[in-house]
Amino acid sequence: MNRITVRIPTPLRSYTAQAAVVTAAGTTVAEVLADLDRQFRGLRFRVVDEQNRLRKHMKIFVGEESVRDLATPLTGSVELTLMQALSGG
Amino acid sequence: MLLVGTRKGIFTIRPDLPGVVADPALLGHIAQHVVSDPRSGRIVAAVGTGHLGPTVMWSDDLGTTWTEARRPPAFRSGERLERALRATFWLTPSVATEPDVWYLGGSPQGLFRSDDAGDTWSPVDGWNDHPQWETWCEWPDENTPDGSMLHSINVDPRDAKHLYLGLSSGGVFESTDHGADWAPLNQGCLASFAPVPDPEFGHDPHCVRLHPQRPDRLYQQNHCGIYRIDRPSDRWERIGDNMPTDIGDIGFPIELHPRDPDTVWVFPMDGTDVWPRTSPGGRPSVYRSRDAGQSWEACTAGLPGRAWFTVKRQAMTTDLGDPVGVYFGTTSGEVWSSVDEGDTWSCLAAHLPEIYSIECAHAS
Repeated sequence: MNRITVRIPTPLRSYTAQAAVVTAAGTTVAEVLADLDRQFRGLRFRVVDEQNRLRKHMKIFVGEESVRDLATPLTGSVELTLMQALSGG
Repeated sequence: MLLVGTRKGIFTIRPDLPGVVADPALLGHIAQHVVSDPRSGRIVAAVGTGHLGPTVMWSDDLGTTWTEARRPPAFRSGERLERALRATFWLTPSVATEPDVWYLGGSPQGLFRSDDAGDTWSPVDGWNDHPQWETWCEWPDENTPDGSMLHSINVDPRDAKHLYLGLSSGGVFESTDHGADWAPLNQGCLASFAPVPDPEFGHDPHCVRLHPQRPDRLYQQNHCGIYRIDRPSDRWERIGDNMPTDIGDIGFPIELHPRDPDTVWVFPMDGTDVWPRTSPGGRPSVYRSRDAGQSWEACTAGLPGRAWFTVKRQAMTTDLGDPVGVYFGTTSGEVWSSVDEGDTWSCLAAHLPEIYSIECAHAS
């Protein structure tokens, strides 16, 4: 299965043994998040709520595009970036 | 040892070492409630961050190391109302007859239960899916700026099936069947902000405490006054009417003496105008009753003459000492202590982040 490079923001690195970049398998954002949770138990629920919605203040970029639909397909060598919405200081 | 939950992590403070504050645990995490289990010594914390989903952490070494719950509290996936928990807010260990059971209240106003000392959590369906839940919780309205919350979970030590909880807003509710069914318990409480002043529900309890030695007695600090109820009566009595009129009886916390059911402490706040929630006149004062609320006395010795902080609903507690130690934490990051049941006060710690909760740790 497609291996996707995933960039992890600092608030989630307690789950990845401080790794800033990891890889996960999947052909959609949802599949990658599920694989991340298999590798790093508990990470997904901090990002996605129990109704499978991206949490209000979290963002996911597929390449350079911000997406909120977890069914978004991932093709080729695209990177996925998890980040927090930023405001002010 | 005191467990201090703050907007920026968890601090532990020894009352016998004033001014000594160890480095925080979980720095940067919002710790709404950090509670020690008197049955085991385990500490369980309701935490979150501004961005990440809510969770629970626990520690078996007095807060030195922390482990995240394997299954944090959450509503059921795919449920009809599509609720998602935004914050874990209140923690209550159950009683001795069910030693690994804990309850958690959240925002929105869900109730969750753990049967393994806080490691995995399940929704209490009898509450979360009660036919009246949407009505009692005014779903989907969010009536407070920080979100409506479920708090003040009390378990009857004689009967673990007998539960009370508080909703801000919504009122006090009671279950006698382990949470399978619930009923409002608000008669006698004022809801001066409501279209009718004495509705069946819709009140705003801020903090409700059941007395461990006399479980038929509960005290309540409400948005609209201080109350006491002695079951089986279904009617709360407004004991705050006995407070000085220039102080009033608005506040967040209410704390009980661990042995004497007639002794109670409150921390009045200014509930006039736009509700500053600071002390009336900017003069911080604990008030104590020794006669179940028939009369009150100010306990100010040692407290600052003028200050503008707030004491939140989980930010006051008592220990089991004789005399009882009383503690409160402020939104300005100070911890105040009295070793003589409120007669005199001293500052144990300052310059902490905004304090959300204070509880005493039990030996493990």
